[in-house]
Amino acid sequence: MNLKKVSMILVLNGLMLAPTMAAELEISITNLTHGNHFTPILITAHDNTSHQFQAGEMATPALQKMAEGGNIADLMSAATGNNELVVANPASGMLAPGGNVDSIMLDTQAMTHLSIVAMVLPTNDAFIGLDAWEIPTTAGTYTINVNAYDAGTEANDEIINGGGMPGTPGIPGAPGMDGGTNGTGVSDTSGNDKVHIHPGVLGDMDIAGGSSDLDSRIHRWLNPVARVVVQVK
Amino acid sequence: MNTFNTLARKNLLLASAISASLMLSACSDNDDKPEVVPPTPPVVNQDYTVTVTNLTANQPMSPITLIAHDDITTWQIGAPASLALETLAESGDGSLFLPMTDVDSVTVGQGLLMPGMTESIKLSILPDDVDSLSILTMLVNTNDAFAGLNDFALDTLTVNQTVSFKSIAYDAGTEANSETKGSLPGPADGGEGFNALRDDVDRVHAHPGVISQDDGLSDSVLSASHRFDNPVLAIKIERTQ
Repeated sequence: MNLKKVSMILVLNGLMLAPTMAAELEISITNLTHGNHFTPILITAHDNTSHQFQAGEMATPALQKMAEGGNIADLMSAATGNNELVVANPASGMLAPGGNVDSIMLDTQAMTHLSIVAMVLPTNDAFIGLDAWEIPTTAGTYTINVNAYDAGTEANDEIINGGGMPGTPGIPGAPGMDGGTNGTGVSDTSGNDKVHIHPGVLGDMDIAGGSSDLDSRIHRWLNPVARVVVQVK
Repeated sequence: MNTFNTLARKNLLLASAISASLMLSACSDNDDKPEVVPPTPPVVNQDYTVTVTNLTANQPMSPITLIAHDDITTWQIGAPASLALETLAESGDGSLFLPMTDVDSVTVGQGLLMPGMTESIKLSILPDDVDSLSILTMLVNTNDAFAGLNDFALDTLTVNQTVSFKSIAYDAGTEANSETKGSLPGPADGGEGFNALRDDVDRVHAHPGVISQDDGLSDSVLSASHRFDNPVLAIKIERTQ
């Protein structure tokens, strides 16, 4: 019997002994950035042992796929396979800078924690990350500032070349149509291959060359990059 | 305790109403009987102390503007700034909030809140007027960065209760962050404040930070010390009475 089965039995026992703490959540997510889009968002509700990512830990291949190319399919499969609750792509595509998606309803059932991820575009492997936020048991409105993380899986060369597959260098694209071309590439000397707070992008002011295809006047950010409001009913 | 200016519109209206009635009674000569005024119970104001600290390295903040108001928001992420917010974020002048509907009073701090400095400002509000409070200030060595608190429910505070907040820097989105000479009103430049032209994204968002000449923006008048990270402003509100 593996640990997962043991914990599942414990959870089931707990459910039978204690009343469930199910709550109806209404979630809203706002893109706070000046000029970065969020790719399709993934929201999961889960127990206190699950994570989509953890700072200081290696990214899973599924997280890498999301952070480098915006593809949440593998994270969804993993969450569903783990009997988590999943809200996929609530913004129906990209969430533009300044954009907001609200009225996302989620019945937590037996789940106690909430996680949210989405790639920040254009970047090499930045993502917005809320890791296992404990859902309050008291009704109310809770505001969470969400930071940008670096998946630690791809060097931040800041070259827009369509590279969105895991392991392929480069940035898939600039949805705001405000990226540059022919950058020689930023030298990323970070050896940190764990998930960490993103250092931010550098960019430059040369849209037809320079070191970066990002624009320092458009694509930079400071944390937080997203604001999540959770109404616990 | 620092000095402060309170521009209470309701009080001004009340004063003019009183003087008008005095003039009327002075003109009236057919009523010799002194009026009998029923005693009214004294109205005790609710008092608050707002304490703010500038957390930045080298971004003086414009005089702290406290806005007592009813149920409005002074800014909304993703939406265009009001003219009053644009003016505050570009020049530091928050007085345009005063004539706005649903604004009861505007109280302004004593002067620039320098980096590292703390200021306490007292507010005294009639119980019937206690509703919401917003706090605004400009980071003056920027084109249109501001910080503060949006629509805090002041009426939820009990006597001696204290709440604390930390504000990130916001970008009014009304002026491009050019950082060029002549475009920043703060001491780093001494340039222009408000300009009605809106040449940025025209929506309020989280400020991306200043770039500075030291980090490659060649025509910027800012240097490395003018860069900032979040949070930029600490806020404490205490109800004292």
